Amino acid sequence: MNIKLTKVIFYGSILLAGIFAPILFPAYTFQLALLWMMILFALTWDILGGQMGYNSLGNILFFGAGMYICTVVQIGMYYDVAEYTAHFGAVKVDFTSYQYFTGIATGLVVAAIACVIIAVIFGWIVFGLRGPYFAIGTLGVAIAAGELVGAWDYVGGGGGISLPNYPGGPADREMFFYNLCFISAVCTFVFLKWLYSTRFKLALNAIRDDEEKAEAMGIHTNRYKTIAWSFSAFFLGISGGIFGNMTGFIEPLEVAFPTVTFGIFMVLMVLLGGKGTLWGPVIGAVIFHLIKELTWTYLLGWQWVALGALIIINVVYFQQGIMGWAQEKWPELFGITLDETNSGTEEKILS
Amino acid sequence: MLDNLSLLGMVPSLNLQLLLDGLLIGSVFALAAYGLALVWGVMNIKNLAQGDFVIMGGYIAYTLSEPPINLHPIISIPIIFVVMFVFGWGVYHTIIKRVIERDLFTSLLATFGLAIVIQQLLNIAYGPDVQTAEAGMEIREFFGGDITIADTKLVSFLLALVVGLLISMFMKKSRMGRAIRATSQNARAARIMGVDTNKVYAFTFSLNAAICGVAGVLISIIWVIQPFFGITHSIRSFVIVTSAGFGNLIGVILSALGLGTVEQFSGFVFGAEFQQATVVGLLVGVLIIRQIMQSRQRQVVK
Repeated sequence: MNIKLTKVIFYGSILLAGIFAPILFPAYTFQLALLWMMILFALTWDILGGQMGYNSLGNILFFGAGMYICTVVQIGMYYDVAEYTAHFGAVKVDFTSYQYFTGIATGLVVAAIACVIIAVIFGWIVFGLRGPYFAIGTLGVAIAAGELVGAWDYVGGGGGISLPNYPGGPADREMFFYNLCFISAVCTFVFLKWLYSTRFKLALNAIRDDEEKAEAMGIHTNRYKTIAWSFSAFFLGISGGIFGNMTGFIEPLEVAFPTVTFGIFMVLMVLLGGKGTLWGPVIGAVIFHLIKELTWTYLLGWQWVALGALIIINVVYFQQGIMGWAQEKWPELFGITLDETNSGTEEKILS
Repeated sequence: MLDNLSLLGMVPSLNLQLLLDGLLIGSVFALAAYGLALVWGVMNIKNLAQGDFVIMGGYIAYTLSEPPINLHPIISIPIIFVVMFVFGWGVYHTIIKRVIERDLFTSLLATFGLAIVIQQLLNIAYGPDVQTAEAGMEIREFFGGDITIADTKLVSFLLALVVGLLISMFMKKSRMGRAIRATSQNARAARIMGVDTNKVYAFTFSLNAAICGVAGVLISIIWVIQPFFGITHSIRSFVIVTSAGFGNLIGVILSALGLGTVEQFSGFVFGAEFQQATVVGLLVGVLIIRQIMQSRQRQVVK
């Protein structure tokens, strides 16, 4: 009962913090929204990287795909896309607020579904690859996607698209997107918390521990791998759609398919927090976001060097992450106990 | 795009020109790819900083060729070989030594971090402009100017050939070369036979860095270098090694020459900005082909 109450207080306070943080610190609303997005990135990466042992460097593919699909749907519902993008966003069309919100809602739904379809298609290509081949293959797919979108004039090519204006004041706009980010991150967390309590997680862990044996035990590994990837794709697609609208301008290389920024951040956040745990990615994302903002503010010019050094130190010296370290230090908190009854009886028999 | 294709059909000498350029540049790609194959085969390390070693070698050559020192890039090759060897030694002892026994993704990510550090330090030191080390050589014309070959490209082709020959001689004849080959076949057995595998690993990685450095000098002479071009060179090396299979020197050379040629042709047909897309597309293509080839032999629960 007591434990249940602590849990309620714990989750409740996080939710309250999420709701009231932008009201208390209105200057940091964008940063806070980004923080929720980072948590979503880390959580979705961990489905494959942590639970299933498939280290993807190309999950950012779904982020960018979701962003572009959402944008095209949003514009395409009320306007001709080719004509809109041909002006590189110089001619802005005013959307009524009804058009704007229905556009975003439909766009996000379509983006999520389309990303699942993309995940299934690419799953066929990349899931035969193992270990480092998988990492490099997914990286290649993500970079190639960015280059291809950059060459596609229908969606604005390398010049990008600027998104429809938000019908309302700048403060309302920030709160709207903050809430979208917040809700999508919380939904992801709740979904994964449920998912990790089912047999599905056990199947993923079996694939991570030994894929051949898992196959021999009758687990349809390819099916599980594809479904797990679709879950990541679903949430990443939504987050991409939100992020595109939040920044107001999308472009293939830096915003939509940033393989070396967001793409590598999500891996790093999970490694920092601890792979294969539910809370590890969340903690890692919060700490990483803090470090990143501090270095970007105080070490400007050297921030990337600091980031590279952080990757090396993290990977080489601290690979188990914060949660892994905590589990080693206080195993009893995580329900890992030595079975002392057995060892005790053995001693009794001997004595 | 179609215009360019029909132009290729109308002017046959253009094909020859692109083919020659591709082969000459491909020979330099082969050097870096051979280094990657060496490290991959011997130590099972996938070095994502490969391309950044190349670019780093190029920048050292560029620095030496500038006013205060004014050293000709080709003369600076031995210096860069030594400098990059020492650099590789340092990297091995600070980073690689600690990830060599871990799982494969660890080495991939650690070298990715290293790649970011190198490219950003170069960016801080030299800025994001493209640079070329001036070799001061002429351009030869054939068939009344239809086909031009820069002397630098010929010289770099020959140099790549010489370096490649020297390294394969070294691997065949020397004691260290034999130890490297023994370690790559079976590290444990080699250790039992008295080979100090730690030393072999350190040497192999340093040698790889040195080879990359030389490739970088040649790239800086015949082409351009820029701090962020490293990742493309890394992916090139990966494409070459994945399609050739490591431990297969002839395969590495052939696929490097093939990659150079394909890149030249696609750069001409689609435009220069698609060079990276071509390399990455080839990587994905090679992986898909491997996948189809393997799925014929693989038996899974369906």
